[in-house]
Amino acid sequence: MTHATQALDQMRPPYSTEPGSGVYSNKLGMWVFLASDVMFFTALIGSYIVLRFGAPGEWARPGAILNVPLTGLNTFLLICSSVSMVKAYAAIADGKKYFLRKVPGKRLQDGGLKFWLLITIICGAGFVSVQVVEYIKLVGHGFTPAGYREGSLLAEHAAADPIKYGLTVAGLYGSSFFTMTGFHGFHVTCGVISMLYLYFTKVLPEKYSPQDYRGIEVIGLYWHFVDLVWIILFTIVYLI
Amino acid sequence: MTAVAHTPTTAHHEPMSFWRKYIFSTDHKIIGIQFLFVSLFFLLVGGLLAMQIGWQLGFPGKPLPGGGILPETMVVNGVILPEYYVQLVSMHGTFMVFFAIMPLLVGVYANFLIPLKIGAHDMAFPRINMASFWLALLAGLIMTASFFVPNGPIRSGWTNYAPLAARPDLSGVTVGQMLWCVSIVVLGLSSVLGSLNYITTVINHRAPGMTWFRMPLSVWALFITAILGVLALPVLQGAAIMLLFDNVLGTHFFDPVAGGQALLSQHLFWFFGHPEVYILILPAMGMVSDIIANGSRKPIFGYHSMVFAIIGIAFLGWIVWGHHMFMSGMNPTLGSTFMVSTLLIAVPSAIKVFNWMGTMWRGNLRFHVPMLNAIGFVSMFTIGGLSGIFMAATPVDIPLHDTQFIVAHIHYVLFGGSLFALFAAITYWYPKMFGRMMSERIGKLHFFLTFIFYNMTFFPMHIIGMGGQMRRIYDPTIYDFLKPQQPLNVFISYSAFALFAVQILFAFNFLWSLKRGKKAPQNPWDDNGMEWSLPNPAPHGNWERTPNVYRGPYEFSAPEAGDKDFLPQFVKLPTDRDPVPAPLPATH
Repeated sequence: MTHATQALDQMRPPYSTEPGSGVYSNKLGMWVFLASDVMFFTALIGSYIVLRFGAPGEWARPGAILNVPLTGLNTFLLICSSVSMVKAYAAIADGKKYFLRKVPGKRLQDGGLKFWLLITIICGAGFVSVQVVEYIKLVGHGFTPAGYREGSLLAEHAAADPIKYGLTVAGLYGSSFFTMTGFHGFHVTCGVISMLYLYFTKVLPEKYSPQDYRGIEVIGLYWHFVDLVWIILFTIVYLI
Repeated sequence: MTAVAHTPTTAHHEPMSFWRKYIFSTDHKIIGIQFLFVSLFFLLVGGLLAMQIGWQLGFPGKPLPGGGILPETMVVNGVILPEYYVQLVSMHGTFMVFFAIMPLLVGVYANFLIPLKIGAHDMAFPRINMASFWLALLAGLIMTASFFVPNGPIRSGWTNYAPLAARPDLSGVTVGQMLWCVSIVVLGLSSVLGSLNYITTVINHRAPGMTWFRMPLSVWALFITAILGVLALPVLQGAAIMLLFDNVLGTHFFDPVAGGQALLSQHLFWFFGHPEVYILILPAMGMVSDIIANGSRKPIFGYHSMVFAIIGIAFLGWIVWGHHMFMSGMNPTLGSTFMVSTLLIAVPSAIKVFNWMGTMWRGNLRFHVPMLNAIGFVSMFTIGGLSGIFMAATPVDIPLHDTQFIVAHIHYVLFGGSLFALFAAITYWYPKMFGRMMSERIGKLHFFLTFIFYNMTFFPMHIIGMGGQMRRIYDPTIYDFLKPQQPLNVFISYSAFALFAVQILFAFNFLWSLKRGKKAPQNPWDDNGMEWSLPNPAPHGNWERTPNVYRGPYEFSAPEAGDKDFLPQFVKLPTDRDPVPAPLPATH
């Protein structure tokens, strides 16, 4: 984007320095943070891979316990929020600080930063809500971090069809499922809270301008990262 | 992320309240000093734990002097219980590694030195910096709290191997284990926030003229260490979270009964743990390089090779973690891979040692206290490095594994290495922190006594380790084959008490000099670093106008310097041209 390169000069430290990375500090800091977050998820996902390959039995069949269509829809919601995040970024880079505005000759109104960031927040909050509902249902069903709860409906099903429900490694399945998706959900929640904070302290008072929209770009980086992690998690936890 | 405002003239701030200035400070120098006091306190706690270990090994079954104040769950009739002994060992390691050495090196000196030495006004994110300190303190308090909960702190060693650490029914520790995990997760967050700050600051906030290869080696080392921290700590956080869930939620990550893998916990721990080793030594190496060049009045020998050795060590540090696990039942073929990669690390380490010697060779040596401690560092680190080669070789490691030989090795690199470097660094930058000098006489006495008692404490551990004495053993006298070595254990214990007592000299010198020390001149060590262009102590915001940098940091005895034997980085000679900074922003 050409806007970004034009705006770059305004985002440098306001005193003279050596030519640094060419990226302003907040963005560089976020990239470094994301590198560390990659390592965090690597620890969790790597352990999952090691545990699953080294497990004494087969994992439960995909879809046997988890509601794949619902989560598929949820994944779509999160991808949509990434799109709206890009739209929010493009809007402020173009100087559109408003919510919605009529464009002559077009039927749809044009969305500004306030509109697209709100959409992103709603999608993110929706994703977390669906995940919470999913957790409550799973635990009610008998699927817990420790495995299949004794005496639950799920435990009965599993006893009847141990292959389909991966009875021998139920504990590992519960452990890794809840830990990985839970920490991803925690990341999404942090993102939503940060965006809400920015929305009320910076976006509504119109403090961002095409010359300085660091907060939007930085939270956008984080948001896309969280989205990317989910696509990996959805694939390896739900689909395989 | 919040935007951070900078103004070109930040040296004159309006007066701030005591709380803003010293407690909730965003000034990198104050945060460094906060870290200094907190981590010195935890160093003392770790030392007190070590004294109790020393008592038990030297005089098993004898009542611990002053042990009466400890509760019945730890000490019965003054005698240390086995459960308490293993807690001592575990918490000594935890406190020393996570709350003393690591914050002393990284928390204190990365915060204090990086902006001063690269000519920056502050860190890139001062408020994140403050959060990093308060999170570290919180983590320390959580860890300390585990002494006061039922069943006490962890009993599984500072490494927390599963399944012992993962199963409360095996370890007998419930709350203490959870507190350990929570504390480590908080500490990891603190480290990551601190490290991303250091990385961003070094990359983006160097003063004009401070090119990459004009950075002092201390900044290079702290920068590389920050990269290690940002990538290693999250892995430990992940491991600690899994361990926490195993304890609290009943998950089965590390429980072999339910299909989990105990070995996985070791892999995760050491995948973090080996880079951690270099987090604990690289900053020490960097600061020692600065001090040795200063004390030798010569440019550092092989500056570029020093930089690449740091980078090489940091890179190799990622592929050697398996050498902690030769005896774990890991695939032996994989073991030989780890052996080769570990032996490779000797190459950059030796480059550094030879460069330090090359720097001192035919130098105009000044044996001030920092220099003495720095030389102590080089010699002790060499011994520790050589014993490391023993253990890197699988066949030699098999009999040595889990013996006192390992204990000797870790203390030669962490105490003889990092802690001597810290004595050097504290003395060296004390005037910059507090505006006064530490006493030279007490400092020298402290160095020589520490050096002697330190070697008397830890060198015999090599011998008893080869004799087969296991580490973390509660009572060596119950084994017949260890009985002949018991006099050495007694000798070690007496030496350790003396070593601890000598540290009173340091504590006295440190505290006394705060108020009574000699007023420091602006450049007390005749050094070249950017920090000495400022008054002692430096004001909030450091420089009024961003300084220019004209040369590298090691121009000692340069002919251009005239009658002096040093040429600071900030001095402009008539032949020097002003550096060309990146264009300033049009508006702000």
